[in-house]
Amino acid sequence: MAKVLVVTSGKGGVGKTTSTAALGAALAQNGSNVVVIDFDVGLRNLDLVMGAERRVVYDLINVVQGDAKLAQALIRDKRLENLSLLPASQTRDKDALTEDGVARVIEELREKFDWIICDSPAGIERGATLAMRHADMAVVVTNPEVSSVRDSDRIIGLLDSKTARAESGERMPKHLLLTRYDQGRAERGEMLKVDDVLEILSIPLLGIIPESEEVLRASNVGSPVTINSPTSAPARAYAEAARRLAGEDIAVTVPSEKKGFFGKLFGRRAAA
Amino acid sequence: MNLLSIFNKRTSAPVARDRLQILLAHERSYSGQSDLVTALREEILAVIAKHVNVDRDKVLVKMDRGDAVSTLEVDIEIPTPTKPKLAASA
Repeated sequence: MAKVLVVTSGKGGVGKTTSTAALGAALAQNGSNVVVIDFDVGLRNLDLVMGAERRVVYDLINVVQGDAKLAQALIRDKRLENLSLLPASQTRDKDALTEDGVARVIEELREKFDWIICDSPAGIERGATLAMRHADMAVVVTNPEVSSVRDSDRIIGLLDSKTARAESGERMPKHLLLTRYDQGRAERGEMLKVDDVLEILSIPLLGIIPESEEVLRASNVGSPVTINSPTSAPARAYAEAARRLAGEDIAVTVPSEKKGFFGKLFGRRAAA
Repeated sequence: MNLLSIFNKRTSAPVARDRLQILLAHERSYSGQSDLVTALREEILAVIAKHVNVDRDKVLVKMDRGDAVSTLEVDIEIPTPTKPKLAASA
């Protein structure tokens, strides 16, 4: 049965779009049919991170308003044929996204895909509430940093009150994805630890994505990190998170980069 | 990891710069004409529909925005007219 997943955070810049692309690609790499939808009307970026920016013709608003059929607006990924993108509109007014229209599009996507991943805009305004509205589950992307944790707490409150699921009295499953984590700094007491964040937000942990150069490198070239550099630490962390989403029970670890002799030497020295 | 991948890794920033330059050049020049593709599709379809029957659901529009040129690909499926009788074609 199709699952609608919202990737949200409240705060901007914590890695929602990067995580949407990486989780979507990882689920597709495991054989699922996946569509990722950009809900950030006017400031779309999922197309750029996925490397499809030159191929956008129609967008979510065109489909909602009936200017284009869903099949015409979906952009098939060039690397994974079971991964598709539905872009946001860059120029239209965001009020063109209606709740009924979004509901219709999601229902139609449920027929065709196993996973429908909604990339939420930052903030708690209309775009963010529409992205979470029809979700069956949520991934809350959080950095180990005070303002991000606070905003995540706010978003968790909205997930439990403003979604269709919450309004019908059902539980909304929420998972924490901790991104840009630096184990060395956390061990030295310079950064919130995983347990600190988990204790404050009290939602289950989906994964810990280590801070890594590979993430920027992947967005530079327009390829999800799980495709661009599948053996890198963040890619392995995203791949494991995707397997947990699909129901596998795997212990959460912080994958680390494979270091050479000098890397190990300096890595240890820095952590001491 | 081979030499090529090391080389590629060093050069991801120029790729990012090139992608942004192409994208932004298009976004700046087309601001205010967000529905250009929709308008083109409608007019192209109208011309073709004058002569043959077109199923509007069987129209695919693809875009590839390039550095020097962009291509707009409109793929219209035209139903085959009733098959000519074998005797007539023989």
